[in-house]
Amino acid sequence: MRSVPSLSPSRTSSTGSWKRKGVGRRADSLFAILAGVCGTLVLIALAYMVFSTTRTALPVFRSEGISFVTGSNWDPNTDHYQILPLIFGTIVTSIIALIVAVPMSVGVALFLTEYAPKRLRTPVEYAVDLLAAVPSVVYGLWGLLVVLPFFLRPISNFVSKYLGFIPIFSGPSTGLSYFAAGIILSIMITPIITSLCREVFKSVPSADRHAAFALGATRWEMIKEAVLPRSRGGVVGATMLGLGRALGETIVVALLIGSSPVINASIFKPGSSIAGAIANGWGEATGLQTSALVGAGVVLFAITIAINMIARGIVWRFNRS
Amino acid sequence: MAIQQVVNTEPVSLEPSRPASHSDSWGGTRASSGARLIGARPARRRVWRNRASAFLIISAIVLTLIPVALILFQIALKGASTMGWTFLTQSLPFSVTKAGGGFVNGLIGTAIMVGLATIVSIPLGILGAVYLVEYGKKNWLATLIRFFSDVMTGVPSIFVGVFVYTALVVRFGYGAVIGAAALALIMMPIIIRSSEEMLKLVPLELKDASYALGAAKWQTITKVILPSAAPGITTGAMLAVARAAGETAPLIMTALGSIQLVTKLTGSPISSLTLLILNGARAPYEAAQARAWAGALELLVIVLVFTIVARVFASRSRLSR
Repeated sequence: MRSVPSLSPSRTSSTGSWKRKGVGRRADSLFAILAGVCGTLVLIALAYMVFSTTRTALPVFRSEGISFVTGSNWDPNTDHYQILPLIFGTIVTSIIALIVAVPMSVGVALFLTEYAPKRLRTPVEYAVDLLAAVPSVVYGLWGLLVVLPFFLRPISNFVSKYLGFIPIFSGPSTGLSYFAAGIILSIMITPIITSLCREVFKSVPSADRHAAFALGATRWEMIKEAVLPRSRGGVVGATMLGLGRALGETIVVALLIGSSPVINASIFKPGSSIAGAIANGWGEATGLQTSALVGAGVVLFAITIAINMIARGIVWRFNRS
Repeated sequence: MAIQQVVNTEPVSLEPSRPASHSDSWGGTRASSGARLIGARPARRRVWRNRASAFLIISAIVLTLIPVALILFQIALKGASTMGWTFLTQSLPFSVTKAGGGFVNGLIGTAIMVGLATIVSIPLGILGAVYLVEYGKKNWLATLIRFFSDVMTGVPSIFVGVFVYTALVVRFGYGAVIGAAALALIMMPIIIRSSEEMLKLVPLELKDASYALGAAKWQTITKVILPSAAPGITTGAMLAVARAAGETAPLIMTALGSIQLVTKLTGSPISSLTLLILNGARAPYEAAQARAWAGALELLVIVLVFTIVARVFASRSRLSR
């Protein structure tokens, strides 16, 4: 990159290994190649991932055709594997998670950047980061054995009793459901969205804030007029990254969704998700079913990649402007 | 308390639309005087809106902190009753329905797999980052690597497991090395991206000084750039280790799990803490669930220690953005 060697005084002095010209040169290019190979490994791994999984999933793509993703008949007994119910469950649980998590995260991030005094900010940031570090299997255990029986089941019973005439709330609720999985997912993705939103809100110049205050704005008006408009792109990007995480989350959903491969209109009924079906079904799967689970994995991969790319695109555009 | 003060005191003095003479308009009742109220209404509405939004934001933070408190409290409480010397040093009992025994087989499995994954992914990841920052910079290959390692951090971990199954398990069977391969694939993009951020922060003056002394590029990298970025890189690496130790989904189809203590690296299914917690959560037996809680406590302590030590390293880093 730079033509420093010609300037370097030690080349002419007589100290040690730094002087051996040829070796240094060769070592330099060797090192460059080594580093390049390590970087390229990511690309190779990703390409091989797509190739290897798609190859294993080919039998089911062949036998089901397009109805693999558009049909809803998942029946291992007759060897039919159509994953629309799994896609449906994945999307519904993620949407429930986002509906709860996004307002929460924006609220917490606003609190941390606009309201909290300094000595409160650090402990709350720590607590939120702590939630992000908790492994998903711990959330799953806690959700299944504590939150489900003591909070989620009573809530879903209550709502389905009084609002049951609306199809999406119709009962009787079963406990294990889209709703249960979605709520625990929301607790999982809140810290992720929060920390991204926090960065976004922090990047709003404080001159804008002062200007709003100087015009007589209340704190909320300042947030509404100065902070939020500038951070719209970032918040959308953070939401999409949270969505990507929710779509791919396995253990929580596998434990809480109830694993029944059907489409249910009510959020209080059990369903199944792609990741959950893979985790729950892997033990017993053989032959075409393994291929179907791998195929479902490929579809999940495609969905999350698409969501992630859109999110990065939004964040990128936001960062440039 | 402090929040309340900030919210209440600050905007009042800035209200432009509040008539100066009507200082009692805050407490004035609707019936007292129509004219006064019409003048006061916008200000009042604005103040109340400000208070309502502050209330909503504070309830968001409270609702987010409740799960943190609940998770920590319940895992500590339920885990501690089973946690003990026996739990830490013994494998599962002969029958999972019985009390006693512990998760030492899982702990050793986790240690082996995470250890192997760390040994492989850290050097590769750091070298990849060196390529991005020192050699590739903005050329097409570096842009591609950067983009796809971002994409790879968003790939659901269960898909990584499915991939490793199709690529390795079908040939070599389940085993510790196979599980470690999956974990390494999850860790590598995290390490690349976090190391890249740290390497970018190394001041140009430091590099120039090294080149001025006649050092070759590889010498500058290994003796100047990497040591000065070391604390930051360590932070990223430790967070990646914490993430890998908490992974469950990819191990289902690569390590499979075992109820016995396994120390062989290949050819035999091996367990992990997370897999044992998952099985315990699913089991309908008191004793198995009790062990799962203790396992969750053990895992949480491990993960939090790594996360907190990582933060300490981060705060010790002298490079800042």
